[in-house]
Amino acid sequence: MNLKTVKSLLKTETIFEDPGIKVDFEVKNACGADLMSDVLAFSNEKTLLLTGLTNPQVVRTAEMVGIKVIIFVRGKEPQIETISLANQLNIFLYSTDKPLFEACGLLYKNGIGPEEMNYIETSK
Amino acid sequence: MSLQKQQILNKEIESFDFQSGGEASSNLKNILRKLGVPSQTVRKTAIITYELEMNVVIHSLGGELTALISEEELEIRVDDSGPGIEDLDKAFTAGYSTASNEIREMGFGAGMGLVNVKRYADQIDVKSSKEKGTHVKVIINLTN
Repeated sequence: MNLKTVKSLLKTETIFEDPGIKVDFEVKNACGADLMSDVLAFSNEKTLLLTGLTNPQVVRTAEMVGIKVIIFVRGKEPQIETISLANQLNIFLYSTDKPLFEACGLLYKNGIGPEEMNYIETSK
Repeated sequence: MSLQKQQILNKEIESFDFQSGGEASSNLKNILRKLGVPSQTVRKTAIITYELEMNVVIHSLGGELTALISEEELEIRVDDSGPGIEDLDKAFTAGYSTASNEIREMGFGAGMGLVNVKRYADQIDVKSSKEKGTHVKVIINLTN
C-alpha cells in the first residue's frame, strides 16, 4: 500500500512532510507500540509506526531502526521538539483521531502486513 | 582502517536529558555509514548504543559513550558514574525493569534494554558496582 492510501484510510492530518520527498512510497509493514524497546526489537525498515507517545524519543527510536513514517493516534499532537527533530531527520509525522487498535485494524484489513518477528540477521 | 583500534566517537551523556538523549547513538550511526559499514551492522549497532545510552539517561548520574573501530571489530563502551545495577542477572531478564512510572509513561522501562543489547552484540561484558558505576563493553564483529 502506498503512503497516500494510508493517509486517506486513517484520515490523517499532516504534521511534517519533507517537501523534497514524494509521499507515494510503499509502506510494507506497520507496527503499533507504546514501548520504545519493542519498536527497537521488532522493527524492520520500511515500517510505519503507530503510537500514542509524542515525545522526541519516539523520533529518535524511529531513526535508529530506519522508520520513515510515524502516525500519532487518538489525535495527539507532538511536542515542538519532536517536530523539530523529525524535520532534521526527514521523518514524516501525521496524526489521526482514531485510537491505536482501530488504526492498526484498518491498515491490516486493507492489506498492510504485520511485522515479521525475524530479527536482524546475526552471525550467531 | 587498520588492525589497531581507532577512536571514532566519545560523547558525554547527561542524566535525565530526554531532549538530547540518543544524540551519541545518532552521531555514531552517521559516522559508521560514512565509513561504509554494512547497513545491517549499522542498524544493530544503533539499537545497541541507543538502548545503552537511554539506560544512562534514565538510570544513572551521567556517563559517556565511546566507540573504537578496527578492520575486524567495533568496540562500544558505555560508562556511567553510578549508582550501579543492583541485580545484574535480573537486568538481563526480559521484562524486568526498575524504571519509575514517569519513565514508563515516556515509552521506556519495558525491561527489554539489555535483552536487546545482548541479542545483537557478538560479545558483551557488564561490570557494575555502587562505588564505580556501570561499565558496559560490547564487541560487534565486522568480518563476517
